[in-house]
Amino acid sequence: MTEIPESLLRRSAEAKAKALGVPVEQVLAEMKGEGPPIEVPASDEGAVSPLSDEPSPGASAGQADAASADAADEQVEEAVSPRSEEQAEEAVSPRSEEQAEEAVSPRSEEQAEEAVPPAAVATIVEDEQPLAEVDGSGNDKLAAVVSPRPSVPPAGTPEGVRTARLLTVVKARAIQTVKAEPTDKVNTWPHLMLMEFGALLAITGLLVIMSVIIFSPLLDPANVNSTPNPSKAPWYFLGLQELLSYFDPQIAGVTVPTITGIIGFMMIPFVDKNPSTRPSDRKFAILLYSMFMVGAGTLTLIGVLFRGRGFNFTYPWKDGIFFDDLKDWVDFE
Amino acid sequence: MADGDGKTGLKDKIKETNEKLWGSQVVEAILRPGSPFKKGYSDSPRNRSYVVMNNVLYHLHPVKVKRHGVKLSYTLCLGGLSFFLFILLTITGIFLMFYYTPSAEAAYTDIQALSTNVAFGTLVRNLHRWGAHLMVLSVFLHMSRVFYHGAYKPPREFNWVIGVLLLFLTLFLSFSGYLLPWDQLALWAVTVGTNMAGFIPVVGGQVKFALLGSLEVSGATLLRFYVLHVLAFPFILVLFLAVHFWRVRKDGGISGPL
Ligand code: HEM
Repeated sequence: MTEIPESLLRRSAEAKAKALGVPVEQVLAEMKGEGPPIEVPASDEGAVSPLSDEPSPGASAGQADAASADAADEQVEEAVSPRSEEQAEEAVSPRSEEQAEEAVSPRSEEQAEEAVPPAAVATIVEDEQPLAEVDGSGNDKLAAVVSPRPSVPPAGTPEGVRTARLLTVVKARAIQTVKAEPTDKVNTWPHLMLMEFGALLAITGLLVIMSVIIFSPLLDPANVNSTPNPSKAPWYFLGLQELLSYFDPQIAGVTVPTITGIIGFMMIPFVDKNPSTRPSDRKFAILLYSMFMVGAGTLTLIGVLFRGRGFNFTYPWKDGIFFDDLKDWVDFE
Repeated sequence: MADGDGKTGLKDKIKETNEKLWGSQVVEAILRPGSPFKKGYSDSPRNRSYVVMNNVLYHLHPVKVKRHGVKLSYTLCLGGLSFFLFILLTITGIFLMFYYTPSAEAAYTDIQALSTNVAFGTLVRNLHRWGAHLMVLSVFLHMSRVFYHGAYKPPREFNWVIGVLLLFLTLFLSFSGYLLPWDQLALWAVTVGTNMAGFIPVVGGQVKFALLGSLEVSGATLLRFYVLHVLAFPFILVLFLAVHFWRVRKDGGISGPL
């Protein structure tokens, strides 16, 4: 005779105890046949499955076993199948995403595993079935039902016939309620991937053309003792260098890049509490960012084009462009 | 073959060989079911799903994407382009590494030799250099696109934070590479850049020293920047990229239409 492992007993006892609102020890004792049957309160509290009062356990228990094993199988199947993965993908709201996550969590798999015959524990995946109605305390409650019978096969069971009894009924809300929101979707292949391929070709083309017509600069060998005039940072730092020439380095060299750059930018999603993504609702945010873009762009352009010897202001059309990155391309002086 | 025409015979042979080749165990083993290169692929919604699902691509793309996300005008493909440029930079960078020694004595002449002695050396160097500039630009534009779409709003806040890290990593990658040619441009641009780090209150001096490996830009700095450039920064960037791409999908794919 198969023994039900202690851990399983305990788990279903806990579930039942929670559902009925009685101490776990009491339920456990009852399940082992050591304690008196628990008074099940009226239908508003605990969940009573019609299955647990099955009058003839012999024949139908076998059926229930098969059925439930199937159901459990299905659960596993579903839990790991690409379909539910896809559903998870489609689930847009964080909530249903989370549910989908649950569907593939080891827990549900484990449950299903426990349901296979050797342990003689059946787990039934319950959809919108009577149980939901019986469980008046709300749909989202896990309904656990343990039949008050001890785990001995009913008398007269032929040798070799596995019997099973219903230990737990799990309402598989997590799996069943994942419903894809109707969204307008297209297949990644070919629609997105052809686009990407086009973009890839375009940027490769652009880069090759650039590389054929513009040569990388290579000035004189590095010489620590001869400072070129002007010395400019790479263009993406030229805006900063420009700021540095206006302000005290303590401000421009530290405060501006650290605060606005790292901390400030990272904090944007947490500062901007406006939930809307519609441009007409976000005029202020868009204005701020655009000002940043224009400001940074202007500073960079000044640094690139309008700074000459000694980092002094010059006009590119008068004194030429002091921008060695494009030395080969821009005609100097 | 049937009518003794040599041409038809050859055609048949080619066809036969082709069939054999594509039906062979090796090809079968390489291509997973649903691959469009597999023998007998037909265009059906199911197969279209398989192309992605039964493929390493599934790590990057879901089977289906929102229709508006496919429009070029939505993302401008800027994130994808940043990634692609990163890959191009890795490939060209590996080529450059074959010819480059990170020492104050050899670096400059190596670059010179690369331009004159190595087949396609100049082209690859140009590709690497302009590719790097384009990447900085495209990452910046990608960030702007994300901002203007409000795509950093819940549940995508954290991916924005990751993104900011990616932006700075991209800048650091570019900046560390800037020193490697070891010419006057490299030396002094990096001197100006690291001087800015020196202005950090209290720890500025230490930060600058840690960056340079010395008090001024020197051979030690070159080695340091080289290791950061070819190993440390790309490694960290790839880690964050993995999280970034993963979050794009887990946050529900590309953000909704405006
Ligand atoms: C190495 C740099 C980066 C790479 C390779 C990269 C790549 C990508 C890719 C491929 C996407 C998918 C959508 C698209 O193509 O636009 C994406 C989305 C996103 N990226 Fe980046 N990214 C980078 C840097 C950044 C930066 C600097 C930010 C912001 C500070 C950022 C924030 C985001 C956000 C919030 C999304 C989700 C957008 C949406 O759902 O519409 N990323 N990124």
